[in-house]
Amino acid sequence: MSKKYDKLGNDVFNKVEKINSELFTLTYGALVTQLIKDYEDIEQVNIKLEQMGYNIGIRLIEEFLAKSGIGRCSDFIETAEVIAKVGFKMFLGVNAHVGDWDANRKEFHLTIEDNPLIDFVELPDQYKHKLYYSNILCGVMRGALEMVQMKVKCTFVKCTLSDDSTSEIKVVLEEVLSDMIPVGYD
Amino acid sequence: MSTFTFLIIGKNDNPLYEIEFPITVQKKETYVLQYIAHGSLDIVEEHVWKSNNMYLKIIDKFNKVQISSFVTAGHIKFLLLHEKKDEDAIKNFFVEVHDLYLKILLNPFYEYNKPITSTAFDAKVRKIGTKYF
Repeated sequence: MSKKYDKLGNDVFNKVEKINSELFTLTYGALVTQLIKDYEDIEQVNIKLEQMGYNIGIRLIEEFLAKSGIGRCSDFIETAEVIAKVGFKMFLGVNAHVGDWDANRKEFHLTIEDNPLIDFVELPDQYKHKLYYSNILCGVMRGALEMVQMKVKCTFVKCTLSDDSTSEIKVVLEEVLSDMIPVGYD
Repeated sequence: MSTFTFLIIGKNDNPLYEIEFPITVQKKETYVLQYIAHGSLDIVEEHVWKSNNMYLKIIDKFNKVQISSFVTAGHIKFLLLHEKKDEDAIKNFFVEVHDLYLKILLNPFYEYNKPITSTAFDAKVRKIGTKYF
């Protein structure tokens, strides 16, 4: 299953339009530093980044489904593979790995290899373990999955900027939203 | 044994970074060196407009101390105070530090023309310095 999505991820990545990665990285850097200046409270910045990501996610899922041609996933394990192998590859051009499943198969850790958002970035000491610089990614995943009836919670557990060895996002499936039937149709 | 002092000077002649090679040498007479470096800044300014290159070679002398300089496109000055003359090594050193400096500039948390406090930068400059001097 993983192989299939590996290939699909590469195919879609080759198809989509690319932009200069430095422009992308610097734009995101400017955004984060501006947020820090505006809010002054790091916790607020994390929240804001997540919300921005959410707004991106609920749009991006349409594009994702249209370009990749992926249908409904059979279970959450497959969903995780699709996010890691196709989603991250398609939009960020990086590989991500799924691991550390819990017993109920409702929680996993996503490890991101060379995250392009953090190129050149060096966090000042006072922000380490406080600011989740790439928190926008958490929001994107939450927004995208919500549009396909999955309510998840994403949190950064490790970040290379805070001297951890890898960047890891914990994704927890909270509930599968039932398809809503409009009033009067039952 | 001859020592090398490397300084990065900002746009308004404010110091951004300073290091001495070889690193084991005890700091002494630093203020003299700073005084010499400061005195040469005006001469750097003169040379900047005479050359198309960023590397300006030896621009000034004070007793035994020679001063080489390198000026980035953003008018950040790199100065190297040295007693031995070894242009190739100095040039390569400047070019490599310039590369590092560019990376620092791309860091969104670094403000232009502010002192460089990054430990990673410091470690890499030390490495380059020990390689050449």
